[in-house]
Amino acid sequence: MRARCGVLVAGVIFGLVACSPDEEAASRGPVSGAPAVPSGSTAAESDDRGDLVQPHALPEGAPERFAFGVEASPARVAAWDIDVKPDGEGLPPGQGTVAEGEVVYQTHCVACHGLTGVEGPNDRLVGTAPWRDWPTDRAVGNYWPYATTLYDYIRRAMPQTTPGTLSADETYAVIAYLLHLNEVVPAGAVMDAEALPAVTMPARDRFVRDDRRGGAEVR
Amino acid sequence: MTDRPSGPLSRRAWLTTTSGVVAAGLLKTQADAMRLDAREAPSEGRALESQAPPDPTSIPGRLVSELGSRAPAEQPRRLLRAQAISSSSRTPLEDLMGIMTPADLHFERHHGGVPDIRVEDHELLVHGMVERPMVFRMSDLRRYPQVSRIHFIECSGNGGGAYARDRMPTEITPQALDGLLSTSEWTGVPVSTIFREVGVRPGASWVLAEGADAAVLARSVPLEKMMDDAVLAYGQNGEAIRPEQGYPLRLTLPGWEGNTQVKWLRRLEISDRPTMTREETSKYTDPLEGGRARQFSFTMDAKSLITFPAYPYVLPDPGWWEIRGLAWTGRGRIDRVEVSTDRGRSWVQAELQPPVLPKCTVRFRHLWNWDGRETVILSRAVDETGYVQPTVEQLWEARGERTSYHQNHQRAWRISRNGEVTFGLGELV
Repeated sequence: MRARCGVLVAGVIFGLVACSPDEEAASRGPVSGAPAVPSGSTAAESDDRGDLVQPHALPEGAPERFAFGVEASPARVAAWDIDVKPDGEGLPPGQGTVAEGEVVYQTHCVACHGLTGVEGPNDRLVGTAPWRDWPTDRAVGNYWPYATTLYDYIRRAMPQTTPGTLSADETYAVIAYLLHLNEVVPAGAVMDAEALPAVTMPARDRFVRDDRRGGAEVR
Repeated sequence: MTDRPSGPLSRRAWLTTTSGVVAAGLLKTQADAMRLDAREAPSEGRALESQAPPDPTSIPGRLVSELGSRAPAEQPRRLLRAQAISSSSRTPLEDLMGIMTPADLHFERHHGGVPDIRVEDHELLVHGMVERPMVFRMSDLRRYPQVSRIHFIECSGNGGGAYARDRMPTEITPQALDGLLSTSEWTGVPVSTIFREVGVRPGASWVLAEGADAAVLARSVPLEKMMDDAVLAYGQNGEAIRPEQGYPLRLTLPGWEGNTQVKWLRRLEISDRPTMTREETSKYTDPLEGGRARQFSFTMDAKSLITFPAYPYVLPDPGWWEIRGLAWTGRGRIDRVEVSTDRGRSWVQAELQPPVLPKCTVRFRHLWNWDGRETVILSRAVDETGYVQPTVEQLWEARGERTSYHQNHQRAWRISRNGEVTFGLGELV
């Protein structure tokens, strides 16, 4: 129930190791239009609480910290930290081929997505022509901007009736198969933690940031 | 209401039953029996009401009960899309008054079903670019200083059924068209309070919010919004959040599309970039003309909807009728709502029912003396930024005719000479 002050140092170290904002800022900083937040500080400076993002005011007299709740150990974080980012952060070890993926697909996916990924009844997965209409034409090959999203999504939500049951190898394999059906990778492709984020999706540059701002103009 | 006398058996059922389930079962049987000798099959509600005595002052009423129930004749229901793992149900907007949505009628949109979660086991993990990654149990979160605010939540797919030029509906109710909209008082702890506990590091700009449902639904949210008015909500309209709305904990992001307000919240990861989850790439992005798609279109723009008169209501005669509806915007307060009763040729300002709260629905009303001639009635909301709810032609022009999500254009209802009301946008375009 209570935070242990002694774990504070470990928490700081973990934060530096796990997040390393400095290393990554140049290559994967906030995408354009991201909200204005303090930036440019170094990891060393961040130990100064004055540099931290400041929340809005609490009631007068509130302590610096309430410390309800407990510190999370690195193992505790790792157990739930399942998301995969476009640069590949979060991808586990393992690998899978297009051929192996076809077996996974025909076993776990075909009932909802059809023999070739276009028949449904659930979402269409395969589409190579530039999309025109909603929803039938939009699919992985012509709409999904990042290949890593496949890993993130399949691991968290698929197969729909038994989510989270595919192994890492099976997941990489079915992704390789889907990317091949979408004509994004060749038949001999092998997907793993290095290959997947290196895949450039056809729809990568289609997405623009929201430019609606209120006011008189309709956008 | 009918004056059909009720028998002693049915009266006893009312008096002795404290379980709503049992009462419904008994009364349904009686209602079915009633139908046998009724020429027209009454709705269940009307049949139940007919069990009332002719003179309610002649006999003592029911005793106190632990849990209240709706009047038998008042049985609003959500409208289900499909019995599927990923599905939705819609709020009966035309059955509601004021702005609040009864919690059991709040719309649903789940991607992996409604999880059953033991409150004593539920935990929220907050980690990433923080000084101290932490885990909070519900008892911890409830102990933090509390806030309570009234906001709408709307699915950004709401209203998509009346956008395509060649598929404009006529026989569609407010519920079926725009029922992915509900308003509640949400109670909880500001996200900023929890982020103060963990210490957000410099350079952080995004937060991944993740649910404990079978879809483990996840959305990336700008840190700025989290620090502004986001709340970790555990209360809804005075009681614990309903399972369908995220029990025991959901994220509320006032004014933003419903999908971002992650239910059954179990994890917040503070980061310097979005995760690009399926829900923010493949879904909930808005295709535009020219093969582009708008991403991270979080805010719900100003919108209004006349909920009365609306399909399938029939105005029995000309004369005085009050046009009633709801208006809302994710960009602050509604400034005014204008109503047209002549196909959009002229507009008058409707009355707004206080309070007019930010990022909340407001009830509007306009007293109308219908002359009995065929017409089309419309409403348009104007928010405090000066944004005027656009016509569908304006949205087609700005985004193309095949876009999806955020279809907040003006709605219209056609009134025929015999008083029949149908969705009327097709009349105008």
